[in-house]
Amino acid sequence: MDLSAISPVLLIASLMVSATPILLAAIGELVVEKSGVLNLGVEGMMITGAISGFAIAVETQNPLLGLVAAALAGAILSFIFGFLTQVLLSNQVATGLALTLFGLGFSSLIGKSYSGVKPPASARLDIPLLSDIPILGPVLFRHDLMVYVSVAIVAGVWIMLKFTRAGLVLRAVGENHDAAHALGYKVVRIRLLAIMFGGACAGLGGAYLSLIRVPQWTEGMTAGAGWIALALVVFASWKPWRVLLGAYLFGGVTVLQLNLQAAGLAIPVEYLSMSPYLITIIVLVIMSSDRNRTALNAPASLGRTFHASH
Amino acid sequence: MTPIKTILAGAALALGLTSAAFAEGKVKAGYIFVGPVGDFGWTYQHDQGRKAVEAEFGDKVETTFVESVPEGADAERVMTQMALGGADIIFATSFGYMDSVLKVAKKFPKVKFEHATGYKRADNVSTYSARFYQGRAVIGTIAGRMTKTNKIGYIASFPIPEVIRGINSAYIHAKKVNPDVEFKIVWVYTWFDPAKEADAATALIEQGVDVIMQHTDSPAAMTIAEEKGIMAFGQASDMSKFGPNAQLTSIIDNWGPYYIARVGAVMDGSWSSTDTWDGIKEGMVKFAPYSDKVPADVRAEAEALKKAIADGSYHPFTGPLNKQDGSPWLKEGEVADDGTLAGMNFYVEGIEGDIPQ
Repeated sequence: MDLSAISPVLLIASLMVSATPILLAAIGELVVEKSGVLNLGVEGMMITGAISGFAIAVETQNPLLGLVAAALAGAILSFIFGFLTQVLLSNQVATGLALTLFGLGFSSLIGKSYSGVKPPASARLDIPLLSDIPILGPVLFRHDLMVYVSVAIVAGVWIMLKFTRAGLVLRAVGENHDAAHALGYKVVRIRLLAIMFGGACAGLGGAYLSLIRVPQWTEGMTAGAGWIALALVVFASWKPWRVLLGAYLFGGVTVLQLNLQAAGLAIPVEYLSMSPYLITIIVLVIMSSDRNRTALNAPASLGRTFHASH
Repeated sequence: MTPIKTILAGAALALGLTSAAFAEGKVKAGYIFVGPVGDFGWTYQHDQGRKAVEAEFGDKVETTFVESVPEGADAERVMTQMALGGADIIFATSFGYMDSVLKVAKKFPKVKFEHATGYKRADNVSTYSARFYQGRAVIGTIAGRMTKTNKIGYIASFPIPEVIRGINSAYIHAKKVNPDVEFKIVWVYTWFDPAKEADAATALIEQGVDVIMQHTDSPAAMTIAEEKGIMAFGQASDMSKFGPNAQLTSIIDNWGPYYIARVGAVMDGSWSSTDTWDGIKEGMVKFAPYSDKVPADVRAEAEALKKAIADGSYHPFTGPLNKQDGSPWLKEGEVADDGTLAGMNFYVEGIEGDIPQ
């Protein structure tokens, strides 16, 4: 065993990369759930974003355009969900699951001709001077653009929810859609916007996987990341910074266990492999043990269908 | 979500097969795959084998497949549906399908089953595998010669004999040409998860590895190796398009001839339960072309090893060899028997770390 082989600096840098897809998807889903909608289609939107972003990036040889396309594709797909659940009042759980199935199938269909294609390289943002700071440089200032974008989105969502009128309205809709409706807020429209924001974020998360983290297209490459993002929102008790913490914790444990193995640590691999999931479950149990606190945090109208009868 | 996807696929398949079951005189071959056929690794090669069967027999055969079938109850259901749908022979192409194959085979005694990389047989269940360890011996030799940091990374899937055998064979031969060599082994507990495979490759590279071998199915590690400018070996299929500079060579699983022989045996009624374990000699284990990076003397050494293994003058597990704990395994000149190899559950001396149990 040689623990000195693990460089903490590189470890932190790569856990940020590893966590970014689920972070993006989870922060999007947080906004959706804050508006009172439960979209279980995160996995489907992620994988659709992954292939759309990949395809556009390959066709245009421009990774940035690919990311934009991925966000658009995620938003469009989520709009289908939004239309079905908000306008046609279909069941959110069933529709969300259907969206995941559709996304997986649809992505393999359009992805057929993109298997084995190399995407254009995404530029790494080497911020001059700052990236030369020892330790902090490699950890904080040598990432690709999307790592910063994801953190910026978290900060943006936090500010929006906490300090702005729009955030207050969104939360009102999520807490009590009847009251919000009575006050004259357009519940359906607000929810549709939130759903599309969530879709765009999930699409970005997927494209991050196919364009930057792996970078290649393979069928089913999200491999359950969308479900982890969903769990992460509950884990974070619907608070933006906790989503960041949770995602980095999850990414950190995932990367750390691989590094510990490579360094030859004598802990059985099974325990290392399950540790990210185990920690998620433990946190969920601790959180749910106090019923009042959980109830306080979850949006009161989460998953309930809204129908304006008058 | 894979399970549900396969449920749908399975249902669609059952419908499709029953309606076609009355087509005359055709032999129906069903394949179940653990990953997507577009994984460009293990499953892709099996699907190439399936296509070879179609090309060989044309109208006389009908093949179907279900991809991304998880190992477990799902596999049992998919195979049952295939058998109910009139399949004459079913190829189950992952180790973890083993018990499901035997259960379903018991219920359908007239259907022939072929299980890849397993060791449990029945009157209507054959097993087949390739001697990948022969290929691992060759790439181990190349890895030992090519590494500059003397650290070789190995991305392993599950601690089954197949994978352990590969690690041992690669290690023995890398060590033989380069006594300073050290193996860093990471178990990812999946056959196919590109993100996880990529993370494992990154972790290995960060710890100073400059050659990566993998025993997982996707080319993700190859892509990372290419990006980070290190060397790697493809797995199951030629992965050079994912790592034009990184790939030194690749072990290629060539299932086509076996599949053609077995489907042919069903046609002429000569099928019987067998245990096939073919290697370089029979052409089941092949290699991708060497990259330009591999110098002529290393190529010559690798070619000589291939030839010696093919003509039987050399066995990759030849003594003296000790087990990891130092206890003797093979005496000077002694060769491992197939039984021990098939159930291999120990590292050879020199490998660090424990096999997860």
